[in-house]
Amino acid sequence: MSTKAVESNTDPALIAHLYRRAGFGTTRDQIDQLSEQSYEDIVEFLLDPTPETGVPNDDLTRYLGGEAPHAYLAIWLYRMLNSRNQLQEKMALFWHGVFATGLVKNEHILSSSNQIEMFRRNGMSGMREILMDLAKDPAMIFWLDNNENHLGEPNENWGRELLELFSLGVGNYSEIDIKHASRAFTGWTFAQSPPLYPHGYYAADFLFREDDHDNGEKEFMGHKGNLDGGDIIDIIVEQPACAAFICRHLYNFFVADEPQVPSWNDLDPLDPELIDAMSKAFIDSDGEVKSTLRVMFNSDSFKNARSKKVKSPIEMVAGVLMLTGEHTDFKPGLAKYPQSTTFTMGQILLDPPTVEGWHTGKEWIDGGNLTERINFAVEEFSDGLSPGIKAIIDRIVASGSLETPELFVDSALDVLGPIAVEDSTREALIQFAANTEGEEERSRSIRMLRLIVSTPDFQYA
Amino acid sequence: MTTNGNGKAPVLVVLQMTGGNDFMNTLVPFTEGIYYDSRHTVRIEEDQVIKINDKLGFHPAATPLKEMYDNGDVAIIQGIGYENAIRSHFRAMDIMHTAEPNTIATEGWLAKAIRQIDPHGQNVLTGVSFGRGLPRAMAAPGVRVTSVGDLDSYGLMTSVEIKEDRAEAMDIFKRFYTPGIGSGPTMAYLQQTGDDVLTGIDRLQEVPGQYESTVEYEDNGLAKALRDVARTHIAGLGTQIFYVQHPGYDHHAIEMPAHEKLLGELSGALRDFMDDLREHDVAEEVVIYAFTEFGRRVQDNGSGTDHGSGGGAFIIGDRVEGGLYAEYPSMDPKTFANGEDLAHTFDFRGVYATLLEQWMSVDSVDIVNGKYEQLQPFKTA
Repeated sequence: MSTKAVESNTDPALIAHLYRRAGFGTTRDQIDQLSEQSYEDIVEFLLDPTPETGVPNDDLTRYLGGEAPHAYLAIWLYRMLNSRNQLQEKMALFWHGVFATGLVKNEHILSSSNQIEMFRRNGMSGMREILMDLAKDPAMIFWLDNNENHLGEPNENWGRELLELFSLGVGNYSEIDIKHASRAFTGWTFAQSPPLYPHGYYAADFLFREDDHDNGEKEFMGHKGNLDGGDIIDIIVEQPACAAFICRHLYNFFVADEPQVPSWNDLDPLDPELIDAMSKAFIDSDGEVKSTLRVMFNSDSFKNARSKKVKSPIEMVAGVLMLTGEHTDFKPGLAKYPQSTTFTMGQILLDPPTVEGWHTGKEWIDGGNLTERINFAVEEFSDGLSPGIKAIIDRIVASGSLETPELFVDSALDVLGPIAVEDSTREALIQFAANTEGEEERSRSIRMLRLIVSTPDFQYA
Repeated sequence: MTTNGNGKAPVLVVLQMTGGNDFMNTLVPFTEGIYYDSRHTVRIEEDQVIKINDKLGFHPAATPLKEMYDNGDVAIIQGIGYENAIRSHFRAMDIMHTAEPNTIATEGWLAKAIRQIDPHGQNVLTGVSFGRGLPRAMAAPGVRVTSVGDLDSYGLMTSVEIKEDRAEAMDIFKRFYTPGIGSGPTMAYLQQTGDDVLTGIDRLQEVPGQYESTVEYEDNGLAKALRDVARTHIAGLGTQIFYVQHPGYDHHAIEMPAHEKLLGELSGALRDFMDDLREHDVAEEVVIYAFTEFGRRVQDNGSGTDHGSGGGAFIIGDRVEGGLYAEYPSMDPKTFANGEDLAHTFDFRGVYATLLEQWMSVDSVDIVNGKYEQLQPFKTA
């Protein structure tokens, strides 16, 4: 379909799939360049982010920065669209979904944005490091009241969620474990407090208060002694349940929609073989997320999992903006997308509804949300003037595919992804192509693109 | 149990005053010295208050509301709230939406009511929200509701300007979303949902053409949304729960002119809405519940007021027995919550139970998670 012959090692449709899952999307032209590499090399590139391939922080702050939440949301979306470290940004979103911390309570954007920066930094590192950083993160400490977890008066909020939602899952610990884990984290607090009032926008720092820490003996999952928070995390990460739980989260986020988390203790994974292989990599690498991701992305299950996931609102928005190419450089208007567009579709970044995070899969869809998703995508494709859309139409026209309805449809599906659609969807698109045969090429193309982004198939990641 | 006069299904319009309305400056306790002592700049002078009795009076901008009150159509619920009120907007609004102050819940109270009214989801228009985004109050898994930004431009692919292009696109679009032609449960759900949207749109798009009225609403978002409610109700599409929003009540600064404008919009829109319903002889079928997430601090901050508690709410309609309900929050500083906020006098879940049981004939226990004291704000005959 391309205008020039490209030496292709890797199927463009597979690269498009990888970039939709391991990142927020890409363009057809970039896929042509990437397809000269082997699939495994592309995965390695994604697994190895470097500052040079990211986006300079200074520029971001200068052009998009500010203290209001929407300024930070614009910065994050800009990174999603323009960082070559696509997996790094996607992992930040992954951990944000698992360790769901809400502005609803702390109302302190700096703490929340620092937490996301932490996930960007440690998101593919070891599970021990990730949980340790999390336990010391002021936004998390305030969110789950660990600043109220005192010597002699333990508050179990953090201790419980650490085990239930962040590492092991229901059924893999006892109430006694929660009590002792909570005692081990007494005195883990912060020096400068979220929320916003009355301190304003200053960063908060972790503070260990020895005088408020319980140094008594604790019993946790068969271990006894004066355990502190670090010991608890060490023990957690060694549990096979931790490997299985984190791998299932990764699978649900990257590969295919699983039932919602609370049912995981009752329902087996959709793909137990892949979960086992990932768990083995997790355990063999002492809990390294990167090794686990490598096994997952290189598995046949992943490669064949197209149309197995519903896009989250932010994936929908970022994916469309990646195609239209409207925000490859700084310009006004970016903040409205994470602030109001995804809101109308049911998601505000940094403000998940509860500590359980967002419900995913088809729970993203209701009548109102679907209408918003469709109208958003169609509106972004309202004319052929956006640089990305212009390039897409150029490719369609240059391919000569407008000659027959079938070729026209297949060419448009290729350039927008490539994306796969149901037979019934393809037939309806072919009908449109047939109805409009002979009409002006560019107008006909833009109308075709608008139809494709309004399909049920386009709701899939 | 009340009756709605003509035997038709009862309709509830929920109006959200977003941001935390200053109840003390809406219904002013003009004889309380502590009110004037605490409010140095953000206050309504006694000679400005539109008195309803020898202690309380409306903000002057709320004149239409006062007229409706005099007409016996407005029940004022004074001092609404719950124990340990939350000052975060988001959490406080969440609590109002889910009727659950103690744990974080995800199912909206109105969505649960819709589930009872239309258990098989037969009408996608049983619950309709006008405004951007579906409020959590209207959302629960498996409950089909409709969310409309603007009735006159409501639809799919509305950004496509050329009419013929749009019609052509919609023909193809209907083929994409034909239930049962795709593979797998998720595709089936997507197609069913799209088909629901199309069903709702077809019916809602006919609404504007069917409506005629001599009432001219004012030009603001709330008036527009209430006009959409009136038009949809008059069209008889079976909607029993409507939701509209009036944002902007978070007056930390420059409260006096801003609050005046909002109360003017609010009371004007309510008056026009009731006039419109009466003109169409349907006013007895509709009750409005106007609420906010919290009241504001007793003490002003020199320019505005900060987040507090002890807000007020209104139940309005022809079937309403107008008057004052519950107690006005005590102005004795010894009773203040957190030492600085009005303490609530009536649990908001009791108000929900009142509306659900007495007006909507819906069992409230599972919706508000318990039994709460109710009010008697409806006419009994």
